[in-house]
Amino acid sequence: MIWLAVIGCGVGCYLLKLAGMSVPERALSHPVVRRTADLLPVVLLAALIAVQVFASKGPDGPELSIDARLAGLAAAFVALLLRMPFLVVVIAAALTAALIRL
Amino acid sequence: MAAEPTTRSIVRDGVAVGIATGAYGISFGAVSVASGLSVWQSCALSLIVFTGASQFALVGVIGTGGTPLFAAVSGLLLGTRNALYGLKVNPLVGWRGPKRVAAAHLVIDESSAMTITRTTQEHARAGFLSTGLSVFVLWNLATLAGALAGTSLGDPRRYGLDAAVGGAFLGLLWPRLSTMRNRVAALLGAALALSLVPLTPAGVPVLAASVVALGMGLIGKDTDE
Repeated sequence: MIWLAVIGCGVGCYLLKLAGMSVPERALSHPVVRRTADLLPVVLLAALIAVQVFASKGPDGPELSIDARLAGLAAAFVALLLRMPFLVVVIAAALTAALIRL
Repeated sequence: MAAEPTTRSIVRDGVAVGIATGAYGISFGAVSVASGLSVWQSCALSLIVFTGASQFALVGVIGTGGTPLFAAVSGLLLGTRNALYGLKVNPLVGWRGPKRVAAAHLVIDESSAMTITRTTQEHARAGFLSTGLSVFVLWNLATLAGALAGTSLGDPRRYGLDAAVGGAFLGLLWPRLSTMRNRVAALLGAALALSLVPLTPAGVPVLAASVVALGMGLIGKDTDE
């Protein structure tokens, strides 16, 4: 099933790229479409952060919890404030969570 | 970047971006296997999806227990921005037929950013190809290296790899938080997703957050800041 997701997402993402390269520029000029498309990555990434940091598998399905992942996110936040490169940000998050779990 | 770029300097900058981006392919590979994908599935993602945020989203949703379908749709929704990049890149590089079909795969954040500022077709093509190809080669090699390293580490939680995913998403989101509108959208999206976590199957909260984009897109104005 994961393979299906990999291939489906790959084909779909490629078709999105090709569509952008193939349609005239005014095709997406409607303000609502453009604003929604601009906002989509913002809300999805924010939702992914929230779920990634606070959701965990409980006995009755997904539940919210606070653990070392939140400290990892805080470390990433500080690294970004200090204008560190992406890889440093990711490593700071991992290292902080790992140290707390020691 | 120099004030008067030459094709040579554009290619050099493109390769530099490729090296920097490739380096974080290591983190993708490690995070991907930590989320439960195999080394080959991780490598296939980098080869055929080849757009970082979508790949992180797909493995992130699977890592939190979401179904492969929700994971794929989350990745697809994040991939829509590449269509917008394509709209801007296409007139500048001016390729047709098979060249355009091949070039489309390389339309990502980095290659687009290194193309849309160019003033001549030669420079636009140099920026697009040098960035796109170097990111492609190095991103895929780094994914393999990261995935192999990830599998030899053992329990990913011991190394904080589950926390690394949140950090990676924040790093991807960060450059988009420059306007108040986007900050509000991010907070609403995160709040909606969190409120749905205890109520819905894994994977649904992230997809549901996309209604915030639609809602704000419908009521927003273009001049907002």
